[in-house]
Amino acid sequence: MTGPDEPTDGTDGGSTAGGDPGARSRTDGGDPADRPPLEAARYPDGSVTYPPHPVGPDGEAPVGTVDLSERTATVVTWTTSTAPPPGVPAPNHLAIVEFDVDGQPVRALGQLTTGDVGVGDEVEPVYAAELREPGAGIREPESQDWDGYRFRPVE
Amino acid sequence: MERVAIIGSSMTEFGAREGEWIRGLLAQAGQACLADAGVDPDAVEHLYVSNMASGEFEGQTGVPNALAHDLSALPAYTARIDQTSASGGAGVYAAWQSVASGASSMTLLVGGEKMTHRSTAEATDVIASLTHPVEYKHGVTLPSFAGLTARLYLDEYDAPRESLAEVAVKNHRNGVDNPHAQFRKEITVEQALDSPIVADPLRLYDFCPITDGSAALLFAPESVAREYVPDDDYVVVTGIGGATDTHVVHERPDPTTMRGVVESSEVAYEMADREPDDVDVAELHDMFTILEFLQSEDLGFFEKGEGWRAAGEGVTARDGDLPINTSGGLKSKGHPLGASGVAQVYELVAQLTGTAGPRQVEADVGLACNVGGFGNCVTTTVLEGGA
Repeated sequence: MTGPDEPTDGTDGGSTAGGDPGARSRTDGGDPADRPPLEAARYPDGSVTYPPHPVGPDGEAPVGTVDLSERTATVVTWTTSTAPPPGVPAPNHLAIVEFDVDGQPVRALGQLTTGDVGVGDEVEPVYAAELREPGAGIREPESQDWDGYRFRPVE
Repeated sequence: MERVAIIGSSMTEFGAREGEWIRGLLAQAGQACLADAGVDPDAVEHLYVSNMASGEFEGQTGVPNALAHDLSALPAYTARIDQTSASGGAGVYAAWQSVASGASSMTLLVGGEKMTHRSTAEATDVIASLTHPVEYKHGVTLPSFAGLTARLYLDEYDAPRESLAEVAVKNHRNGVDNPHAQFRKEITVEQALDSPIVADPLRLYDFCPITDGSAALLFAPESVAREYVPDDDYVVVTGIGGATDTHVVHERPDPTTMRGVVESSEVAYEMADREPDDVDVAELHDMFTILEFLQSEDLGFFEKGEGWRAAGEGVTARDGDLPINTSGGLKSKGHPLGASGVAQVYELVAQLTGTAGPRQVEADVGLACNVGGFGNCVTTTVLEGGA
């Protein structure tokens, strides 16, 4: 089953919704060519989730993916954590942000590059090769990825 | 189906229990609970232990087996109930279910956690290990979820920052009269507002402490309860519901609503044939001050966006219309993860049987809401006096 207006497979590379992506590096460490997508899943009912799940809210498997890394998002809320856990630099600025994917709101949570933000600000994903020191905390280092995207205010 | 009664209850002192470990803490509460009910250990048919992380904190697993042996409750059926911070509430559910189903006519539930030998950062990380990998790698902690949600709540409902401090002040005030509480000192709104930032806009006094401790409850069918408890002076679980929300917190459309609280309470109210207005006293999961607002709204006590007014106006104070957290709550009493949901019911048993001493309020109907993760899993329980 697929929705009538949705892609049935493959990756929707998305589009840059604001700013000039070439103006500032979207990578903080590592080779930009190795940068993975900030991948969300699209489901038959048209909904999109980050992160992807084996099945979507409608109980059906994804029919495609959306790369959020070249899009911009809006800050829903943010905090600065002064007592982060092992392997995380203090202070740790965090936000829930919302992307607009063809009219579908898609939220993500991630570190901010700065604490100088406000609700409603526009931010862009910036790749980081290591968001947190693997093995410093309780979780088995091999059990998950440690790279990903921080969010930086769009100038 | 015969009603399920609680015929015994106990809790240890909550706090930094230096030199005590999980086995000893569980055994202390378990023994005291059996003694409270006058029930021999060999009468216990089912034994549940609510605990989140004894393996991660201490390297001790298999705690239900250990406790059954230490209490001489062999050969009782045993199981560990883990629902993170809501392990205690989930244990109440499991114990209720074991008796309601007829599988057991005497079920002991003991909840406990040993945490304070770990640093704050380590303990926070053990708790944060419940998060999804895309959250964990960003260093997200439960306190940071609280900061994110508090900012949204204060902005959306135009609530003053002081309203959060008023929850901390109230619950510290209640804790002064609780001999089991970790903190037994009053604080002021100014102290709360001047304390160090932990997860902006939340400060130190918006958070519960890290705690060692345990609590226990003994469940039996009401017909058995009458054999052990004179004058029907026991408490009955008249309604109980459990529910689960998204694992990934940011996928919820409105972070200021805890769907698990809404849905579990709807089930509990219906089973008890009660409404929010019928509740006389409640123990809520105030791991962070903001959670008292969210739960008091999602349980139907107040309209959405209005719960922040309650503490400041005295509505939820001990002498108010709806006393909340007469025990001092997690904020003042402390939060030994697996014990907290059990200790909430311990307080309500005391309130409903008139044994709460200086904390006593007028109450016929009590409600406990125990939350795991950041609203990820919830048990809501309605309790009333027997007979």
